[in-house]
Amino acid sequence: MLEIKCPWCGPRAQTEFSYAGDATLTRPSLDTATETEWYEHVYLRGNPRGPHDELWHHAAGCRRFVKVRRDVTTHEIIATAGPHEHLGGGGK
Amino acid sequence: MTRYSIFSLARNALTGHKNWPQAWRSPEPKPEYDVIIIGAGGHGLGTAYYLAKNHGITNIAVLEKGWLGGGNTGRNTTIVRANYERTENELFYEHSLKLWETMSQDLNFNVMFSQRGVINLAHSDAQVDAFQRRGNAMILNGSDAMLLNPAEIKARAPHLDCSADARFPIKGGLLQPRGGTARHDGVAWGYARAADARGVDIIQNCEVTGLDISNGQITGVQTTRGAIKAKKVGIAVAGHTGHLATMAGMRLPIESHVLQAMVSEPVKPCLDTVITSGAVHCYISQSDKGELVMGGDLDFYNSYAQRGNFPRIEDVVSSVITMFPSFSRLRLMRTWGGVMDMSMDGSPIISKTPTKGFYINGGWCYGGFKATPGSAWVFAHTIANDEPHELNGQYRLERFQQGHMIDEHGAGPTPGAH
Repeated sequence: MLEIKCPWCGPRAQTEFSYAGDATLTRPSLDTATETEWYEHVYLRGNPRGPHDELWHHAAGCRRFVKVRRDVTTHEIIATAGPHEHLGGGGK
Repeated sequence: MTRYSIFSLARNALTGHKNWPQAWRSPEPKPEYDVIIIGAGGHGLGTAYYLAKNHGITNIAVLEKGWLGGGNTGRNTTIVRANYERTENELFYEHSLKLWETMSQDLNFNVMFSQRGVINLAHSDAQVDAFQRRGNAMILNGSDAMLLNPAEIKARAPHLDCSADARFPIKGGLLQPRGGTARHDGVAWGYARAADARGVDIIQNCEVTGLDISNGQITGVQTTRGAIKAKKVGIAVAGHTGHLATMAGMRLPIESHVLQAMVSEPVKPCLDTVITSGAVHCYISQSDKGELVMGGDLDFYNSYAQRGNFPRIEDVVSSVITMFPSFSRLRLMRTWGGVMDMSMDGSPIISKTPTKGFYINGGWCYGGFKATPGSAWVFAHTIANDEPHELNGQYRLERFQQGHMIDEHGAGPTPGAH
């Protein structure tokens, strides 16, 4: 069981959260983005083997999104923060 | 290669089974090959075998970072089926199923393919209608399917709770009689032995650490056992496709997730078919050793670890017990995890890439094992001819940019949802 430290609620069990995927993506501008930019945003992922920045939704808690840096080879959680905050530790 | 037969068995019995030859060699890597396949699982070894058998290319190395068949080939729930609705999928998987039916004879290796049937359960009237439609689509595409009513399902799986007050009442089911299970390790061993006999070098404990690319053309690979040159390199590395693609500077429409499976303690024969439920999401069969083999959902977060977490194990077990209440007294004997490369449309990628001579075979999501022979067949064709086979052109990498996704469930670009 992962223990995810919610910045608002403190350490909580993984089962309170639902996974929302890669946190490094920035939605392209509706006005100016090209089709290629949309393709890259919607479909392509870095999928790194190591530290991975991702979003979890605290669905059964405060219902806010939490940014998590987690090593996907060990499942160790390195850092957590609010969705727009910077995480500590080395990752991408 | 010593042919396995009743006569070779008898001959070796007379000498106490002490003189069986090794099933395959363990050669040192040569400095250069015509083709390198990365990944010695079923898909990679099968690709090498069909390159040799169908295309006459025998100067091949299959590189494996661990041991042969130690990845997802040895970590799945051994189910073989071809029950897809989309024509692009059904034609491919039906081809694969036909290859399963002759595999043991072709490889001279008993892969214990058992066509015990695969039943998908329907839990609502709407699902029965959808299954009828899917079954008709399968038949139109040359495969086999039968719609079962609850009484027919009960007769095939007496321990299944088919009562009206079941938590998820069973309204019907779609049976593919030619589906079933196979001995998963046997598939890797059979392909390894047959490929080795045709001159393929299988090199274990040899991890690829980099790809050599110059002017957009692959020229070889860097490994933990030195550099090896090759004009063509194909990868069949299951969940690690994204990691290998990074070495070629590519981002893929793939996320790696962990999928767990588990077995109970062995019991006497009690389930002689494969039962799956998409609504409850679990699948169960009984191995020849008597263990009940179970699986369910992904853990639903990115992972390259070959192990998962307890919440999913509890979820799978509770699903199984909901459907088979009498299994609640069994103890769980083993659980394990494998890394799935979940693609953005739930369908695989067997394709050329922007790098000339570099081919990828991945994105298998939950379903790589059943595809093993078909995947190997068309991947070998793709590598040999530098063009896809007619059965895998639809699995090209560019389909995501071109809008030709093959999304069997209509789940959209969320890898975990397929």
